[in-house]
Amino acid sequence: MSLSALTGTRLRERRQALGLRQAELAGAVGISASYLNLIEHNRRRIADDLLARLADRLAMPLAALQDGHDAALIDALRAAAAEVPAVAGEVDRAEDLAARFPGWAGAVVDLHARTRALSHAVEALNDRMAHDPHLSASLHEILNAAASVRSTAAILADTDDIDPSWRKKFHQNLHADSERMAKGAEALVAYLDASSQGVEQATATPQEEVEAWAAECDWGLTGPDALAKGARLSSDDGRGMAARMIEMAESDLAAVREDVLQAALLSHGPDPLALAAQAKVPVLTAFRRLALRPNSGLGLLQCDGSGTLTLRKPLPGFSPPRFGAACPLWPLFTALSRPETPVEAVIALPGVQGLRYRVLAFCQTHYPVGFRGPQLRESAMLLLPEISGQGAAIEVGPTCRICPRPQCPARREASILTA
Amino acid sequence: MAGRVLLVEDEPNIAEAIRFILTREGWDVAVERDGAAALGQVRALAPDLLILDLMLPGMSGLEILTSLRADPAFAGLKVLMLTAKGQPRDREAAERAGVSAFMAKPFSNDEIRAMVRQLMAAD
Repeated sequence: MSLSALTGTRLRERRQALGLRQAELAGAVGISASYLNLIEHNRRRIADDLLARLADRLAMPLAALQDGHDAALIDALRAAAAEVPAVAGEVDRAEDLAARFPGWAGAVVDLHARTRALSHAVEALNDRMAHDPHLSASLHEILNAAASVRSTAAILADTDDIDPSWRKKFHQNLHADSERMAKGAEALVAYLDASSQGVEQATATPQEEVEAWAAECDWGLTGPDALAKGARLSSDDGRGMAARMIEMAESDLAAVREDVLQAALLSHGPDPLALAAQAKVPVLTAFRRLALRPNSGLGLLQCDGSGTLTLRKPLPGFSPPRFGAACPLWPLFTALSRPETPVEAVIALPGVQGLRYRVLAFCQTHYPVGFRGPQLRESAMLLLPEISGQGAAIEVGPTCRICPRPQCPARREASILTA
Repeated sequence: MAGRVLLVEDEPNIAEAIRFILTREGWDVAVERDGAAALGQVRALAPDLLILDLMLPGMSGLEILTSLRADPAFAGLKVLMLTAKGQPRDREAAERAGVSAFMAKPFSNDEIRAMVRQLMAAD
């Protein structure tokens, strides 16, 4: 029988609630009062038969004294406490709280879950409001139309001696701009409505829509199913992006056939350099081939020379920003500054779960117009779950605005999580 | 009142309204809609005041301003920046680049008249 560390505490509380003295209960179950005292202070483990006698005498269900029935609650309490510095010293008393006040403990856990969900919502909305080009363009369009309407209407209202041809022209402008403003406002409302239906699920921007499509296909982007789903995306931009991703995936598949990939995985594991050498393909093709397939379990980020993310396949627990600048400490960017040099590291994300990933990064250079043109760089980073949890890791975050590491030497701007 | 204004604005209806307002105030107003052509127009017309939209096709208002300030001939040119993105960081970037004044859209006609008068009167 599995006993809780607080079985004794529960026994004592029940005994006191029934108004029994230690000696009375001890006598009833055939042990000494001093031994019961040790049990009640959780200093002795209790044999199964003795526990059954105590439960019987105290008229309480045996299960209530056993460990496990509230393990999930206790784990969740510990997780909640670990994120609040003021109670960090009391993390080990989570079980005590769960045993004594299960209702309150449940409320703390619920509130913690709600807070986390809201944090994620804030994260997504903040990311969108700050960097979403779609939203920025929509607002710009509406403000321009409003500026034109305001000026033109004021001219018509304030100018008595306006030439009839100008008056006619301004009336036409006013009509066109008011139409434009109405359409812009409708589009913006539709966009924000979609966002409010669920921040994580919102597929308002083409990029979000395409990522949702890729995830729905489990990143198997070459079959007829992916093609059909991609063609059903709602925006032209989204369909265009999906078509380009399908083209890229088909090209990668042609370059690295499935049997070659499986053979390389068997002999080297998920090693992009080994796969590239074996299949005689560019290293970044090998990165994509390893990660962008169903059930690969691998995440992938790809950026251009400016550091802008051009491809993101997130992993559970690690969701890179859709827009705006990412954490500069990612090995993805280390590789960007060291072309053609493999970079391997372990990264640790902030948060109570302390997620760690082994990452492999590589930067590839291109000269699309030869000697006289610019050198273009493209960097990729493969994310592999790091199971050992041992050894040094680079402490990184998603992006400064939502990273809770206050002392980070690479911080660009304040975090909304620590403000 | 005499003075030449070059308005660089890609929104035709806004450009038309501003030109109408300022022309009635007595200013000589020329309009350019393309950011990339704006620098050439500044050199050709030598305006007393440049009204510059921030977001322009070809070359942004900020890039135009930075190029002008790098040229000693236009280091003192008065520049009024207009933007539909009235975010503090746009204003700060424009100030760093050497803008004379900044107005966020939508502004009133009285505001732009007053601003132009003020800038034209300044040394």
